[in-house]
Amino acid sequence: MSHEATLSHPSGIHGVMVEFDTPEELLAACHEAHAAGYRKMDAYTPIPVEGLAEAIGFKHNKVALCVLIGGICGVVGGLGLLEWITVIAYPHNVGARPLNSWPAYIPITFECMILLASLTALVSMLAMNGLPRPYHSVFNVPAFQRASVDRFFLCIESSDPKFEQADTLRFLETLGGREVNVVPE
Amino acid sequence: MATIEKAEHKELPQQLIPDPGPDVILGKGHTYDSVTARIAGISFLPFKNSPKKWLVGAFIAFCFVNLLMLAMGYLFMRGIGIWGVNIPIGWGFAIINFVWWIGIGHAGTLISAILFLLKQDWRTSINRFSEAMTLFAVACAGMFPILHLGRPWLAYWLFPYPNSMWLWPQPRSPLEWDVFAVSTYGTVSLVFWYVGLIPDLASMRDTAPHLWQRKIYGFLSLGWRNSAIHWHRYQKAYLLLAGLSTPLVLSVHTIVSFDFAISILPGWHTTIFPPYFVAGAIYSGFAMVLTLIIPLRSWYNMRDLITLRHIDAAAKFMLGTGLIVAYGYSMEAFFSWYSGDKYESFMYWNRMTGPYGFTYALLILCNIALPQMLWSRRVRHNILLVWILSLVVNTGMWLERFVIVVTSLHRDFLPSSWGIYIPTKWDWATFTGTLGFFMFLIFLFVRALPTISIFEVREVVHHEMHGQHNQPVAEEA
Repeated sequence: MSHEATLSHPSGIHGVMVEFDTPEELLAACHEAHAAGYRKMDAYTPIPVEGLAEAIGFKHNKVALCVLIGGICGVVGGLGLLEWITVIAYPHNVGARPLNSWPAYIPITFECMILLASLTALVSMLAMNGLPRPYHSVFNVPAFQRASVDRFFLCIESSDPKFEQADTLRFLETLGGREVNVVPE
Repeated sequence: MATIEKAEHKELPQQLIPDPGPDVILGKGHTYDSVTARIAGISFLPFKNSPKKWLVGAFIAFCFVNLLMLAMGYLFMRGIGIWGVNIPIGWGFAIINFVWWIGIGHAGTLISAILFLLKQDWRTSINRFSEAMTLFAVACAGMFPILHLGRPWLAYWLFPYPNSMWLWPQPRSPLEWDVFAVSTYGTVSLVFWYVGLIPDLASMRDTAPHLWQRKIYGFLSLGWRNSAIHWHRYQKAYLLLAGLSTPLVLSVHTIVSFDFAISILPGWHTTIFPPYFVAGAIYSGFAMVLTLIIPLRSWYNMRDLITLRHIDAAAKFMLGTGLIVAYGYSMEAFFSWYSGDKYESFMYWNRMTGPYGFTYALLILCNIALPQMLWSRRVRHNILLVWILSLVVNTGMWLERFVIVVTSLHRDFLPSSWGIYIPTKWDWATFTGTLGFFMFLIFLFVRALPTISIFEVREVVHHEMHGQHNQPVAEEA
């Protein structure tokens, strides 16, 4: 079926995709594809597989950095808000206690840190993953719906400089997967 | 065309699936496909095939939701005079139920965050469900302080926002800390729960039998496509959320206990409150988890997914946190005697022997005496008995809050200001109404979303295929 798909989509294909039964086979295939010089590719798995993202050349996970920045903004923003309220905007003398009674501000500052860091974790993870995304070409392969159930996929994308449809298809066929498909755009 | 098994979604497995026993977290013979179909299948069940018990339970819960609406409507018309609260007991059921509900939520976060960081694999089958429980319990908890405000429609005054009166809340007050703690806790619990759901919603999208279901789950899954790079960021975000939720859950009940401990009232003004409140919260939360998962696994024939291993571990957690709570009670009693303060020692003597003495006796019975049965392995493996004990502990933890709130307030420093608190029928209607509201949300959740984290159970399947988990894992704390 893959070759018919090729004919009906002579141009504008997203890439070529191979399907595996186990994460181990997929991991080996990813290492092989990376060794063969392919760089623009992605793997799709129903469970997170350790080392898979690294195998396809993913290096910089910036989620933690974003969360750190979010947390720092939470601390600064939370404490700043309370100081501003109690010292500048609404100074209120209660039993001659100091206006800047900072130990009492720790709980709220802490909660603001957690809140902003958590929201940053959600937003940064989704934003860097490009989600929400209503359409993506990989879903054009009918078998791909099993990527969220029990199959493991490797897709080499047409934007890869080394991508040559016929060659890449042949290369994927040597990897020993179940089925090789062309992914229409 | 892909051939994912869709026929299974029509009805639940017919024959009884046995429990694989206390040593395994997942029944034998499961594959990636079978766990996906089993768990997602519960939500794809046609409505007419719902278990009868689900229909009856949801209907009863819905009746109590209506009772809650009635109680709230009457409250808004007449004010909090319809409740039993009055000086000296200005904090009656409202704060008792608030603390009780928020405490129940804590076990959910503990299971999903702390046990995740500790790599306890038995958390996998129950974490999603407990997170949902957390969320709904926090929703119930949040209602009470707002209803108790007197003018609930002005609840937004609790938050600092620029307003034409140029008035700001008082951030030195523990009650204001509570506003931030509870709202942060609710928000972060929702985020954590939703992040956990995203890959499962994608599985639901890809296996749903009907187009409308694929559309709804597809919309909710945000276009998740299981990319390895996405998983990498996802796991990092999940780990960080777990790391952030862990201090959060400890801080929330600590701050709730500050509502009492920062005051100078005998019976409230003690430094042991924060740790013993946190332990009590987890104690009651595990009791609620057990109260809910035991019927759930039986109604939906999921004994191979939620096994005796989970129940045994939760029961041990209940026993352990119960002992911390017992230590808290004894230290409270010891220090009120040892301090030599006459108000303190009078307060404790009155708590044990005064007009509310029976609640203290019941509290000791429910929270300390009866749960000691859980030391026995035979009791922990008797599902019915564990379920009954979980109800006993829930009752006991509710009594604890009643004892702390009411007995400390009702005998003030001056005998002329002493009083008695009797909850009215509207107090009970509001409380049982929130119970119904909580149960109704749980029923809807079981119906519409995967109750067990599908992708994490697939990971368990993967580990078992490779024999890493053939022997039982190390015993937990």
